[in-house]
Amino acid sequence: MTEVKILICHGTSGLSAGASEVYKKFEEELSKQGLERCELIKTGDRGYFRDVLVDIIHPETGRVTYQDITPEIVPELVEKHVKNGEVVKKYSARKAYQDFFAGQKRIVLRRCGEIDPENIESYIEDNGYKALEKAIKGMDPEEVIEEIKKSGLRGRGGAGFPTGVKWELCRAQKNQPKFVICNADEGDPGAFMDRSVLEGDPHAVLEGMAIAGYAIGSNEGYIYCRAEYPLAIRRLRIAISQAKENGFIGENILGTGFSFDVKLIEGAGAFVCGEETALIASIEGKRGMPKPRPPFPVQRGLWSKPTIINNVETLANVPYIILRGGDWYASLGTEKSKGTKVFALAGKVRNTGLVEVPLGTTIRDLLYGPGGGPAKKMRKIKAIQIGGPSGGCIPENLFDTPIDFDSLVGAGAIMGSGGLIVLDDSTCMVDLARFFLSFTSDESCGKCFPCRLGLKKMLEVLNKIVSGNGELKDVEFLENLAKSIMETSLCSLGKTAPNPVLTTLKYFREEYEAHIIEKRCPANQCVALLGFEINEEKCTQCGKCAKACPENAIAWKKGEYAKIDREKCIKCKSCIEACDFMAIE
Amino acid sequence: MIEVVAEILENFKGEVSLIKILQEIQNNLGYVPKEAVDEISRATGISPSQIYGILTFYSQFRLTPPGEHTLKICLGTACHIMGGHEIFEHLKSKFRIMDNETTEDGLFTLSKVRCLGCCGMAPVIMIDEDIHGRMDIQKTEKLVRKYGGYRHETV
Repeated sequence: MTEVKILICHGTSGLSAGASEVYKKFEEELSKQGLERCELIKTGDRGYFRDVLVDIIHPETGRVTYQDITPEIVPELVEKHVKNGEVVKKYSARKAYQDFFAGQKRIVLRRCGEIDPENIESYIEDNGYKALEKAIKGMDPEEVIEEIKKSGLRGRGGAGFPTGVKWELCRAQKNQPKFVICNADEGDPGAFMDRSVLEGDPHAVLEGMAIAGYAIGSNEGYIYCRAEYPLAIRRLRIAISQAKENGFIGENILGTGFSFDVKLIEGAGAFVCGEETALIASIEGKRGMPKPRPPFPVQRGLWSKPTIINNVETLANVPYIILRGGDWYASLGTEKSKGTKVFALAGKVRNTGLVEVPLGTTIRDLLYGPGGGPAKKMRKIKAIQIGGPSGGCIPENLFDTPIDFDSLVGAGAIMGSGGLIVLDDSTCMVDLARFFLSFTSDESCGKCFPCRLGLKKMLEVLNKIVSGNGELKDVEFLENLAKSIMETSLCSLGKTAPNPVLTTLKYFREEYEAHIIEKRCPANQCVALLGFEINEEKCTQCGKCAKACPENAIAWKKGEYAKIDREKCIKCKSCIEACDFMAIE
Repeated sequence: MIEVVAEILENFKGEVSLIKILQEIQNNLGYVPKEAVDEISRATGISPSQIYGILTFYSQFRLTPPGEHTLKICLGTACHIMGGHEIFEHLKSKFRIMDNETTEDGLFTLSKVRCLGCCGMAPVIMIDEDIHGRMDIQKTEKLVRKYGGYRHETV
């Protein structure tokens, strides 16, 4: 029998769905059926978050993807497909899976879910470290920078500064030594592309860093990875040691005389450390508090030496650009935003996961193409929240706006690092704004007072509104305070933190007014304003609420309206989440 | 305990990053006790106030011993709108503890966490190193019981 390959998604998402049990079962079953020659490969996550994905590549059937695989299914797959080359249709990936990947253009994610991230051979076979070789053996540092400038690549962490220009500015600095920092402190809630790249294709990031080091004239790099990503840290450690063993990192790389070392720094849990000057302070072992810029890190960065800080996704693009050329990369995307961008789709949307598309794709195409529309048929998508706590909401009537670095700014949001949370009519926009303010006021480093005190005050006012004690003058107060905070804060955390409030006020003012004037939450989310009563006009007597109630506080019989026992009810909202008809008010 | 701290300090001689030293101590002891702070201060000359400055700035560090299991409830954006907050509130009231506290029987330390990067599976809970996605209150109850939770209820 010729060789069969079996790929099993082993990223954080796959593992949380039980991928390791599936893997074990495959091992067991293959040896039981005498098929040891098959190759079992643990890959990173492919980006489609729907339980365990397994791919079987068989000479007779080609490649077939199976979804929702559990250990119980494995013997049948091995018997029928691996042994006899017969596709088991009932488990194969469904239309939603195909829709999710159709229309994607995968550059950064191209190896995620395809290769074994813990085996450097797997990376090398797929043109790995070819770009580094091409750069250090055949190009001057200036040529490398020129190629990156030609590509139009802009920082993927959110700010969108042209990468080639940053490198050029750093190269021009006389001061030595210089440093390359990879910002893997993916703190934006709602963004998880960097985690997936680090878990699924860590060598691409290392290769990008080494190329950056060559370009700016640096021999030392740091990866600052957040502690909340233990698997990414483990895989980075493995990748760094394998790259050293194979001579792609360390002294005298590929015999060229160029040396580049990489150290891994674990973050200790502070959102503000995603800000570059705070990140530098943290690597130096201090509290992560931002400093005023200028001087910029390219002038005075780590240990006061010239430093470039690039995001994971930015660096993962670099090897591909060097291999295929800047012009090719620049042919993708829009005039001012070149290339592709990975978006993290989550929230009230049918397909969640990572989607990589050319910049300039409209919100609607993203949501209804790969996203597959609303999560529940009865619900309507009313807005998206993009760009994390610094970003804003975009309402449905603006969904034809292209997503790139500049277009969303006019609407009050930013593309940011690409976290895209989908909101439907069961999401309360006031509560969402309150959530972001509780996040940013928690994470404010406390150095400058507009951010430290201003955000707290905004949060207090929002808490007052969601608890039913809001007054009309509060809205004006929020708007004024937001402006002051944005104008006077030291770093982008404070400068952008009021955005979620301002955009929800701009597009969903009527929700604020409903809370304040009518003491009503239109999305049925704010507990203080809910009566926990069944609206019999909306109730379809389906009984889902009764099944979801953890306290058995809902009485229901077939053909009858549900009834909530107020004595037993703990107001946990499980029933509201379960109800498709928003019948609990 | 002091021996462990002294050994770590010896291994880290010349290390400039206080964060790294503190991380290593927490990895070994599960938290950073007061005695360790005094020892670091004595060995490095860094004042205890500076050390506490670091310890309280970064959310990773604990000043009290953790429970047998750490239960982290993700409260990122996706988890918030998918019901993570309700799970968190529910557990707080069931365990009768607040954020970052440990249950009376020492079994669980409950804390909120700002985004575990599994937004596609929201809402998400992490027990020790294992992530559980698409949770609700009922599934959480089951999970907690699997780890031996709510023993006080049967007493």
